Amino acid sequence: MERPLPVFVDIHDVTHVYARAEDGLPAVRNLNLKVNEGEFAAIVGPSGCGKSTLMKLATGLQFPREGTVIVDGKQVGAPVKLAGMAFQNPTMLPWRTTLDNILLPLEIVEPHRSRLRRHKAEYVAKAESLLEQVGLKGQGHKFPWQLSGGMQQRASLCRALIHEPKLLMLDEPFGALDSFTREELWCVMRDLHAAQKVTIILVTHDLREAAFLSDRIFCMSARPGRIVAEREVEFPRPRDLEITYTPEFSELVHELRNHIAQARQAA
Amino acid sequence: MKTKNQLALAPWIFTIGFFLLWELICRVLNVSSFILPTPSTILVAVWEYRTQLAYHAFFTLWMTLAGFGLAVGFGLLLGMVLGSSRLINAGTYPLLVGFNSIPKVAVVPILVFWFGVGWVPPVMTAFLISFFPIVVNVATGIATVEPEMEDVLRALGASKRDIVFKVGVPRAMPYFFGSLKVAITLAYVGSVIGEQNASNVGIGNLLTRASAAFEVPLVWAALVVLAVLGVIMYAITAYVERSMTGWAQRSQMAA
Repeated sequence: MERPLPVFVDIHDVTHVYARAEDGLPAVRNLNLKVNEGEFAAIVGPSGCGKSTLMKLATGLQFPREGTVIVDGKQVGAPVKLAGMAFQNPTMLPWRTTLDNILLPLEIVEPHRSRLRRHKAEYVAKAESLLEQVGLKGQGHKFPWQLSGGMQQRASLCRALIHEPKLLMLDEPFGALDSFTREELWCVMRDLHAAQKVTIILVTHDLREAAFLSDRIFCMSARPGRIVAEREVEFPRPRDLEITYTPEFSELVHELRNHIAQARQAA
Repeated sequence: MKTKNQLALAPWIFTIGFFLLWELICRVLNVSSFILPTPSTILVAVWEYRTQLAYHAFFTLWMTLAGFGLAVGFGLLLGMVLGSSRLINAGTYPLLVGFNSIPKVAVVPILVFWFGVGWVPPVMTAFLISFFPIVVNVATGIATVEPEMEDVLRALGASKRDIVFKVGVPRAMPYFFGSLKVAITLAYVGSVIGEQNASNVGIGNLLTRASAAFEVPLVWAALVVLAVLGVIMYAITAYVERSMTGWAQRSQMAA
């Protein structure tokens, strides 16, 4: 009855204009994009191309002026509640310990919200195991500001995953990190995706990041954004960082670069 | 370690130095004690009038604290409302600023019309003069929540109320405690103004009567008592601030 990979996020012919846009120019126009369930999709494009708008549309923080957004078989008319998000800025709350920061989504989202108090130990154990998966074992009692930028970003990933979201939206989560830390976190992300079977949409400027992590890459044009190219990435999983030094990988990155260069020129 | 000790001693050294200098200038220039009494004369006066001063200081203290308490409650509430609604914020701001610009000494007669002479006008004046900084600071703290944080929570289905209580209010706490230090000193000014004009007890009232009778040393003694009480209240507020929002002062703690 079900196809092996049903479409999970379906953005169909969407045009969106922000209410407070002064020039009235749409942020995205005639945007079409399909991401399958469990897939790791990456979106690359020149800056200001409406990538963040796309994130807001897919999570129900904004509703399209025209077109439809369907997530998990339902048209989006309110915040989707099954999404986790992580941004370039880890946005940890400084008055909570790292562990309490990670538990924050559970205080919001049902059914956890009403279960949290009575099943605290169970949730704490879950958070601890997530911390272990991202390499922060035993660091939960520290305050976020006692952690390095890379460690905070790891904690931010745990917070995005604690409520077992079906959709994970990542907006340049590794943008502010040095290149070694970034590569470490690529591997963390790769392993989390393999373990959790969650659908991921990663917005990034880093073409190597997109090529290494994702199953499918979308290139966006400059504002008003739309998809100018879609490319499947066929490197077998699990992928090792070594593949980023193979000729096939370089070729893919080069190809993506050309798409972006054209998109920038068209602007 | 040496600089730390110096820092701890500095307030004492400077304060004592200030009074010594004052004493010295008065004696050298032979200033009349009617114009400016020496600190030693004032100290003697404080001792001489101690029962009277303590009696009135007690009233000033509780009136100030009552007005301050009202300001904290009201300021927190109004600040939360203004911080979470841009419409209400924009709408009421001119009103608030206008109200705050009115000298509170001008409001005291109205308070007397309403409540008569007694403990109510000083408490109300203390409240009216000190709630504004609390409102502004709490509202600012709540209104400046990072948009990403808001997105994270809204995408989970958080209501406006969830965001205000989980993020906005805790985030506003350093602003709130910072404003308390301003508010407590303002509340003092308010209660003394109220006492001077519409009460028969309190240091303010004592001041009015002492100055009318030209009891200069008593006037100065009352002022010193006010200053000391003010410093003590400020120190308590600052201590509460430090112990409640240590996370916001991490730059010093990390060192």
